[in-house]
Amino acid sequence: MIDKIVASAREAVEPVADGMTVLIGGFGQVGTPNHLIEALCEKGVRDLVVVSNNAGTGTHGLARLMAEGRVRKVICSYPRSRGSVVLEELYREGRIELEIVPQGTLAERLRAAGAGIPAFYTPTAAGTLLAEGKETRIFGGRACVLEHALPGDVALIEAWEADRWGNLTFRKSGRNFNPVMAMAARLTIAQVHHVVPLGTLDPERIVTPGVFVDRVVHIPYGSPRLT
Amino acid sequence: MAVKTETIGLARRDRAAMAARVAADIPEGWVVNLGIGLPTLVADHVPPDREVIFQSENGVIAMGPAPLPGEEDPWLINAGKQMVTLRPGGSFVSQADSFALIRGGRLDLAVLGAFEVAENGDLANWALASNEKAPAVGGAMDLAAGARRVWVLMEHTTKDGTPRLVRRCRYPLTAPRCVSRVYTDLAVIDVTAEGFLVREMVAGLSRESLQSRTDAPLRFA
Repeated sequence: MIDKIVASAREAVEPVADGMTVLIGGFGQVGTPNHLIEALCEKGVRDLVVVSNNAGTGTHGLARLMAEGRVRKVICSYPRSRGSVVLEELYREGRIELEIVPQGTLAERLRAAGAGIPAFYTPTAAGTLLAEGKETRIFGGRACVLEHALPGDVALIEAWEADRWGNLTFRKSGRNFNPVMAMAARLTIAQVHHVVPLGTLDPERIVTPGVFVDRVVHIPYGSPRLT
Repeated sequence: MAVKTETIGLARRDRAAMAARVAADIPEGWVVNLGIGLPTLVADHVPPDREVIFQSENGVIAMGPAPLPGEEDPWLINAGKQMVTLRPGGSFVSQADSFALIRGGRLDLAVLGAFEVAENGDLANWALASNEKAPAVGGAMDLAAGARRVWVLMEHTTKDGTPRLVRRCRYPLTAPRCVSRVYTDLAVIDVTAEGFLVREMVAGLSRESLQSRTDAPLRFA
């Protein structure tokens, strides 16, 4: 019997080790696996490379992981949000590396990793600072930048419903980076609001098939807190 | 660079009027992305019976108006992380599909804010200096490179009167040669092969006065 449900966030993140590249889903505070991130803080891993659209707000979740000195490098599109004080301070003090990636290029680098595509060309960022040091080629008269796939050792994601095979549905704008990150990592861990019996999820509604998911933990915390 | 004498009776557009002016030019059926800040206000000025599909980078297609008090849904936010609503017919997609829409040429229009627009259509709207601390690009470069049209909505000058419509951008580019039209509090200006072409000005403003607030040379339609 395939059963990917684990009892706790702590147990779920047990395979995460020092130096890993960790993909973290979410856009702002919606669809963000904060309980899994908190469990990573408790576990005490170090030297992580974190890939996430934003770079944490306030002092919980990703902001806490960074504040505790567990993150060597952040790869993201938009680190500067209201309340992103931890990242700003670490960056100013030179205590964290930051790689800024256009949001669509970030999504596509993840998608490519999930689809077995090592690199691709895109016109996004051509002729800008973010193309410096990257190979550029002309396609159809247009300058395009070579971008590489961005695979994760592990992905931490949030979903709405799951069954024991790890089939997932998402809720509204909580989908965001979660499905593409689930496909881009060797090990995908999902925190979910509802666990339902196998066979009860309408196959037409399953966005991420369980093939892409390794561990599921049931954390019905309610609605995201936006501030 | 400040203008010496403020024209009496100059009908400078306020933020709502600037947004309304852009909205008036968006036809039914277009798929549109609105940038964070001032451009977001454009949606409030499109009549509800004109079906324009507003898309948000975080995977929301066909956003509706702001939620009524008591009907807010924290699961439904836009790229500016404000709570929004979904129109009938709306849908949710992943980030990869959302940017496939943007980068794959399905977006009729992106309305973006800017620090500067150059007369060749260069756009600078993401970083104020090449060595800026913790810069943030978000989806700006994808929108500027991927949308079929890029219109900029911004104040004509900075608060201290420095022109934002320039010969060459001083700030780091978001994308080269992407802007086709600029809406400001003073004018509507097309970017053409020959540079800026003023389509309309607010009442009470002379051509000389508009030029004095603009770094690049202006032509008038």
